[in-house]
Amino acid sequence: MGAFFDILVRSVFIDNMVFAFFLGMCSFLAVSKTVKTSFGLGVAVTLVLLITVPINYLIDKYLLQPGALSWLSPSLADIDLSFLSLILFIAVIAAIVQMVEMVVERFSPALYNALGVFLPLIAVNCAIMGGSLFMQQRAYDNLGEVTAFALGSGLGWLLAIVGIAAIREKLRYSQVPPALRGVGITFIITGLMGMAFMAFMGFKI
Amino acid sequence: MKISPLIKLPFSKQNPVTVQVLGICSCLAVTAQLKPAVVMALSVTVVVMFSNLIISLLRNTIPPRIRIIVQLVVVASLVVVVNQVLEAFVYDVSRQLSVYVGLIITNCIVMGRLEAFAMTHRPWESMLDGLGNGLGYAVILVILGIVRELFGSGTLWDYPVVERLGLYNIGYQNNGLFVMAPMALILVGVIIWIQRSADKDLQEKEK
Repeated sequence: MGAFFDILVRSVFIDNMVFAFFLGMCSFLAVSKTVKTSFGLGVAVTLVLLITVPINYLIDKYLLQPGALSWLSPSLADIDLSFLSLILFIAVIAAIVQMVEMVVERFSPALYNALGVFLPLIAVNCAIMGGSLFMQQRAYDNLGEVTAFALGSGLGWLLAIVGIAAIREKLRYSQVPPALRGVGITFIITGLMGMAFMAFMGFKI
Repeated sequence: MKISPLIKLPFSKQNPVTVQVLGICSCLAVTAQLKPAVVMALSVTVVVMFSNLIISLLRNTIPPRIRIIVQLVVVASLVVVVNQVLEAFVYDVSRQLSVYVGLIITNCIVMGRLEAFAMTHRPWESMLDGLGNGLGYAVILVILGIVRELFGSGTLWDYPVVERLGLYNIGYQNNGLFVMAPMALILVGVIIWIQRSADKDLQEKEK
């Protein structure tokens, strides 16, 4: 349980998807105009990460890693399919996003109306793909840790986009130099928020 | 259609990073040093060019409903090839780039150009458009790479410029902030600022 909590807090604050790794920046910059829509997108990203990363973990562990196929028969022990991971991960993500969309539409029309627009976009959000790739790179021990990482990354992303959206809502009333208006100032504010998040670095939990 | 604007526009009024705001993730993450930035820029250019070409050749046979999946598969296959080539020939840089090579698949420049250009134009033009946008992206990466490596670590392409100039002896110090993540964001903000000050058309209207 301790490891679970540790990874969760780490991936929300220290290894924050946006401020430490710049993942999902495109939708982060494009959608963060109002708090309400940002929250919707943040929830959708968390949900999809929470489903795709554990599935990709299982695929990586039982199909792709060097020697992963040995549970089928010992003669397959020295097969290494890891070069296929990129293409399989993105296929899983695209398929899951489509399925999540259909399931949510069937069982919770209210949530679907709130998230609907964002779900298809998520298939090409780099935070999702990045989640799977970091999972593969950091070699977590078991499914619990992977789930904690996925949940934490999603929440961290949610936190970041809601924060920047709140700042941008206030920013509308301020005097920004014309050339910086819009994208420019958003970049600089994100940088400043990133510096604030750097304060979490080095914390031992 | 004239050919030259396809290559020229991405450098100025249609720059994928500073104007269209696409492909930011990798642009910020790999530019702490010049070498990985250049390798990344080349990889993205190759992927955009050839995915534009392939999708443009297939554009009349792809059913519109499943086009995103088809595009993803084409891009992912190209990225797998690029990844294997990088691992084979420049292994240390490929380690440095880590997950960001894989993330070319979800790089918005690639998907954006496929959707906006390759689906509706002929192969040769699409390929040039890919080349132009790849190079437009490359310019920003190289600028960021040079500034961040020079001020952050005092080297350029691993060559110790500052040390050779003898600046350390008179009290110069590297600014560690430049290699950190937040500075990349601020630098892109500054590049946008400079570009939009010079070109008033790009400024956003007051609402």
